[in-house]
Amino acid sequence: MGKGRIKVDFEYVSEGHPLQTYLRWNRLPHKWCPGCGIGIVLSCYLRALKELNIDLNKVVTVSGIGCTGRLASYVNTDGAHVLHGRAIPFAMGVKIAKPHLKVVVISGDGDLLGIGLNHLIHAARRNVELTVIEVNNMVYAMTGGQLAPTTPRGVYTTTTPKGNVERPINIIKILGSIKIPYLARWCVTHPRLLINSIKKALRKEGFSFIEVISPCVEVFGRHIGIRDPVEFYLKLKEKIVIKNTSPENAELDWNGKIICGEFLDLELGKGYVSMITSDRRLKP
Amino acid sequence: MYVMRARICIIKDFCKGCGLCVAFCSRGVLVLGEEVNKKGYRYVKVKDASKCILCRVCEYICPDFAIYIKVLGR
Amino acid sequence: MEAFITANIAIAEAAINVRLDVFAGYPITPVSDIMEYLALKLPQYGGRVIQVEDEIAAINLIIGASWAGAKAMTATSGPGFSLMAEGLGLAVMTETPIVIAYIMRAGPSTGIATMYGQADIMQTKWSSHGQYEIITLAPWSAQEAYDLTIKAFKLAEEYRVPVIVLGDAALAHIREKVRLRDEPTIIERKKPELDANEIKPFKADESLIPPMPCFGEGYRVFVESLCHDESGFYTTDPEVYEKLVKRLNDKIRVHSNKIFEAKTYSMQDAKQAILAYGSLARICYTIVRRLRAKGYKIGFIRPTTLWPISREKLLKLIGDVKSLIVVEGNYGQLVREIERLTDNTKVKFVYWLKPYLPTPQELYTHMMNLGINFEG
Repeated sequence: MGKGRIKVDFEYVSEGHPLQTYLRWNRLPHKWCPGCGIGIVLSCYLRALKELNIDLNKVVTVSGIGCTGRLASYVNTDGAHVLHGRAIPFAMGVKIAKPHLKVVVISGDGDLLGIGLNHLIHAARRNVELTVIEVNNMVYAMTGGQLAPTTPRGVYTTTTPKGNVERPINIIKILGSIKIPYLARWCVTHPRLLINSIKKALRKEGFSFIEVISPCVEVFGRHIGIRDPVEFYLKLKEKIVIKNTSPENAELDWNGKIICGEFLDLELGKGYVSMITSDRRLKP
Repeated sequence: MYVMRARICIIKDFCKGCGLCVAFCSRGVLVLGEEVNKKGYRYVKVKDASKCILCRVCEYICPDFAIYIKVLGR
Repeated sequence: MEAFITANIAIAEAAINVRLDVFAGYPITPVSDIMEYLALKLPQYGGRVIQVEDEIAAINLIIGASWAGAKAMTATSGPGFSLMAEGLGLAVMTETPIVIAYIMRAGPSTGIATMYGQADIMQTKWSSHGQYEIITLAPWSAQEAYDLTIKAFKLAEEYRVPVIVLGDAALAHIREKVRLRDEPTIIERKKPELDANEIKPFKADESLIPPMPCFGEGYRVFVESLCHDESGFYTTDPEVYEKLVKRLNDKIRVHSNKIFEAKTYSMQDAKQAILAYGSLARICYTIVRRLRAKGYKIGFIRPTTLWPISREKLLKLIGDVKSLIVVEGNYGQLVREIERLTDNTKVKFVYWLKPYLPTPQELYTHMMNLGINFEG
């Protein structure tokens, strides 16, 4: 290899983005706020699909209700925007009907850990072959900033104006006790690590779950007094510790440390759908 | 001895002026301009393209698909 | 082939006949045996039975399965159907073909799980929010439960709407002779052309029913529970909203003459008529036959479709009888529709609130007590 130089110029364009064919391009720019982390999750998800060279005709993206729920409508695959908390049963139905499809659920913390927690636990318990990406912005942002199951203690929300007294849920610890093939937490401040993790999750046999900490600048930022996207991102970066530890030690403490990493990477054999569809259909 | 030619492509109507690419560019290549786009946001501008090392952090951190690097050739 | 089976099993056999792909359910009295029977037999025909964590998961799962191209069904009773209300709305809004076997029991709330009820007719139509139409069929025998369930799948696919087969706890476990079909009933789904440039999956022709693109076939279809335009994406445009809601309703209303069916007995010279449906209709039919044998000019109307009701057809069936006696196992549900659609001065209502099927004598005495007069 000889010595090289880089010569860079710039241009204002209207298309040509490397992820263009993975997006429903005519629906951009998307509706998320400036600096919203969900845009980065979308970008990382599509980048993962691209780097794995997955056939887009064989992917189904399902999302629920909320800011993250809007994600599926920007992805250029078959997709669905379903009821609040019910993305996982819908996705299970798709997978059972067509087991060869890759079914991905991307939804918010309120959707998956609040109203939809029941379905999440059972799908994990059954080891259904889904990849679930939970985008955690710690507030119900779409509806204006109400309390979420993940809101840190003491934080103001519109329904807890004197500060939240509940303990927030740490889904990694709960799913850790169920033992699923792949369990991880990342943050949008580290997109490359998130992309690599999504790629791993997509290739895993069985139920894989990734929690992504995402800054909601407009709503959660307003509640905690940070209005600038860059300031929020830097604050998050301070709290994040990257450590591949066990799920019991995967702390999520807004007032302390947020542990990001891979917590479970197991081989649990055949997933639920694979086990119940193991006999071939007899042509009548 | 070779020259790698690349281009910073900016889709200005997607940019929401969040400033993430500007802040996380380790070389200070980008800046938020004064002009606004169709949606009323001050979009990103290239301050000094010669400083760019093609690390693509801007492309990866942008939530809006507004900036990307295109390699033109050698 | 003939079998001596209960109506519940007949419904399960009908599902096997259409080669059901996915059954998702939750145990609830009195329908758990449908799921149990299918769990044993359906895999032999390539279908899958999943017992899920609750009825909400069941309805959402079958909607997802239907969008992936599967024939999907669930079975439940009152408390379960109440939980499925939001899911029903999703099926209606996304125009998803699904079949729900709803076996009524004594309500409200937990009620009497093991006993007869017929008080959920209004609920099958109105359980979810918003303005929409669905189809409800009401069998009165195990044979009819078999035939109407097969019909339900055909209607669901044709009109892209959830179809409810409405039975009750008494009918569910009546054991009768059922003629099963020897050949499977294969129902094809109408699919749109694969046009890569401009997919409008929710654009309908004059039939008001768009062909259904499914997952995994290259359509890149987007299923949206929000108000959507013809390409399937969210819009708040008032014109589009009105057009969508109208179409979701009109696609059933316009065809209500075709969908609504009823059987009549000895109506030719009838001066009075009894109208009943479901298993209670069997007792009413016996009363009508016995009165006819005594010379009373009385007829019997038995709708097998409860929703939608075609006013035109109903009026034709009623003809010019002097009084129409509506008998229901509730305190007044379908009778409200009958009164609304016909000359309500002629309508008399007989309620039956006891959670069991009466004998003909018992029902007759009860009618007398309510002041019903049978005239020659």
